[in-house]
Amino acid sequence: MTEPLIEIRDLHYRRGDKVIFDGVDLDIHAGKVTAFMGPSGTGKTTLLRLVTGQLKPDRGTVKIWGENVPDLDREALYALRQRMGMLFQNGALLTDLSVYENIAFPLREHTDLPETLIRDLVLMKLEAVGLRGAWSMMPSELSGGMARRVALARAIVMDPEIIFYDEPFVGLDPISMGVIVRLIKLLNDALGLTSIVVSHDIEEICTVADHLVLLSEGKIVGEGTADELRDSDSEWVKQFMEGLADGPVPFHYPAPDLEQQMLREGDDA
Amino acid sequence: MGQGKSVELATGIFIVLGLLALIFLTTQTTNIEAYTNGDGYEVTARFSNIGSLKPRAPVTMAGVTIGRVTDIRFDPERLDAVVTLSINAKYDQLPADSSASILTAGLLGEKYVGLEPGADVVYLQDGDEILFTQSAVVLENLISKYLFDSASGENE
Amino acid sequence: MNKLTDFLRNFGAAGLFLGKILAATPASLLRPGLIMAQIYKVGANSLVLIMMAGLFVGMVLGLQFYTTLAKFGAEQSLGAVTVLAMVRELGPVVTALLFAGRAGTALASEIGLMKATEQLAGMEMMAVDPMRYVVVPRFLGCFIALPLLTGIFNLIGLLGAWFVAVQIMGLDGGQFWAPMPENVDVYEDVLGGVMKSVFFGAAAGLLAVYEGYNAYPTAEGVSRATTRTVVITAMAVLVLDYMLTALLI
Repeated sequence: MTEPLIEIRDLHYRRGDKVIFDGVDLDIHAGKVTAFMGPSGTGKTTLLRLVTGQLKPDRGTVKIWGENVPDLDREALYALRQRMGMLFQNGALLTDLSVYENIAFPLREHTDLPETLIRDLVLMKLEAVGLRGAWSMMPSELSGGMARRVALARAIVMDPEIIFYDEPFVGLDPISMGVIVRLIKLLNDALGLTSIVVSHDIEEICTVADHLVLLSEGKIVGEGTADELRDSDSEWVKQFMEGLADGPVPFHYPAPDLEQQMLREGDDA
Repeated sequence: MGQGKSVELATGIFIVLGLLALIFLTTQTTNIEAYTNGDGYEVTARFSNIGSLKPRAPVTMAGVTIGRVTDIRFDPERLDAVVTLSINAKYDQLPADSSASILTAGLLGEKYVGLEPGADVVYLQDGDEILFTQSAVVLENLISKYLFDSASGENE
Repeated sequence: MNKLTDFLRNFGAAGLFLGKILAATPASLLRPGLIMAQIYKVGANSLVLIMMAGLFVGMVLGLQFYTTLAKFGAEQSLGAVTVLAMVRELGPVVTALLFAGRAGTALASEIGLMKATEQLAGMEMMAVDPMRYVVVPRFLGCFIALPLLTGIFNLIGLLGAWFVAVQIMGLDGGQFWAPMPENVDVYEDVLGGVMKSVFFGAAAGLLAVYEGYNAYPTAEGVSRATTRTVVITAMAVLVLDYMLTALLI
């Protein structure tokens, strides 16, 4: 097996008193689509932020291209990020710029390319996501699915080597969802990217991901291809993959005994 | 890019308007010329009481402002006030025996220095002292003097 | 006690934020286009409001001073009194308060929304520092725009007072303008007032960007940040006004 592109070791992170990650070890390999999955609130998005240096872990290392992200100063971090793209949950397009200017934004900030070249690049990326016709629209005029595709075009305009997707399927209609699924696969194969997807839509993600990582309560509880996970004999993995209401993840949020609580409140009244 | 141009224009107009307003306020409504007539000559005058005279008060002759008070200090030896007057360089033919008095604009207005021309053929020069001076009239002194006089008059 | 530590903590955090802004300012100055756009947004867009307010404040002053001064036969000092009231106090303070309501809230909610919709995080990921691209240009925009707005407010106010006193109440025009140069000091009064508005501009800009940048990234968080911006800026302006007045006198 080749050297992993991203290497996470002994990652600890807490927010206030709540432990989010309690010793995570993970390798992510180049050229593959890796998916982080898990129930809401397990910190999948937090993991993305830790990997991209938007948050600093309490302990542990995150190595990308051999560099430990938490140790980088801002300049080095920004240099690293120019080789990455990220698609945010709701696109995060700059609301005061048009579609065209949004996609041109990273180019204008980081390169001195002439306007004609910028124009060609922007139109090419828009063509790739199928929205060349929408170049002059403002973000407020786009539907959720279109906004996400524009954001995807922006994420790949600098030709990144790694691309992160934060919940790319949330709140989309089935058609838009299918479009995004196709784009993730297409871009990964056509551009030779490494893709990391955070999601809890099992069905969609299983069709694109080469490697799935299941997170729960600060730890990795399962890892492997979709088929491997389906055949797993872990109760937890089974519950998540099949979407059962009760199991190792209880239906009830921890609470005192119902009878006792009701009786006690009766006394107060 | 048409929109960008009009934004720039509006911003430019705004900045120019703001600066013009500030310039108008500083030049038209203030005593700015009191600070700017640097090319004058300075003479001093001693007064036993200057009342409420302040630096930058006008210096007039025949009612026309010809200079400013630039400095006021107390002389601890002779126990009087030394007032430095800056006279505009244009007015360089003031007789050396001119007299200075501290006057009040209106009944309760600001104090200023009034010069009365003398008859000397020698003119005041930079660093000269005006020898004939008349101090400020302090209203309280005037009133108490009047009251005292009339009271003693009744006693007789 | 908790409130006090909260207050001190916020105070300190705003101070540190100002430090960050100043550190990022030189880099932002290389992008004057961004600053110009913000001057337009906070300045040119507040212009009509400020002019209307200035006009009516000036007209009220003209009316009030005229009736009061006429009782003492001192109408001729109306012009000087109006200029002094406008340039020393009313201009800087009223403009700053209106500015906090018009531009400060707009900035706080804009930055708060950019945070809530992950635009700031998006910039971070595109290796663009939101401090340089978003925060500092807005801060500098306020810093530059407020003194200019104050100047316009003062001038329009003065014209309003002139209109009421001279055109309506019948004061002689010469009597209105003549006493000004004798009674208004360039440094102490006019530049003192400009100094005040420079400080107010910095305070209003800092508080707006600070509240917006630190807003809790939800709809409720943004609306709370917006409200806090007006309240805190208004308080800060009044407290600063006293401190600056005490210093300048």
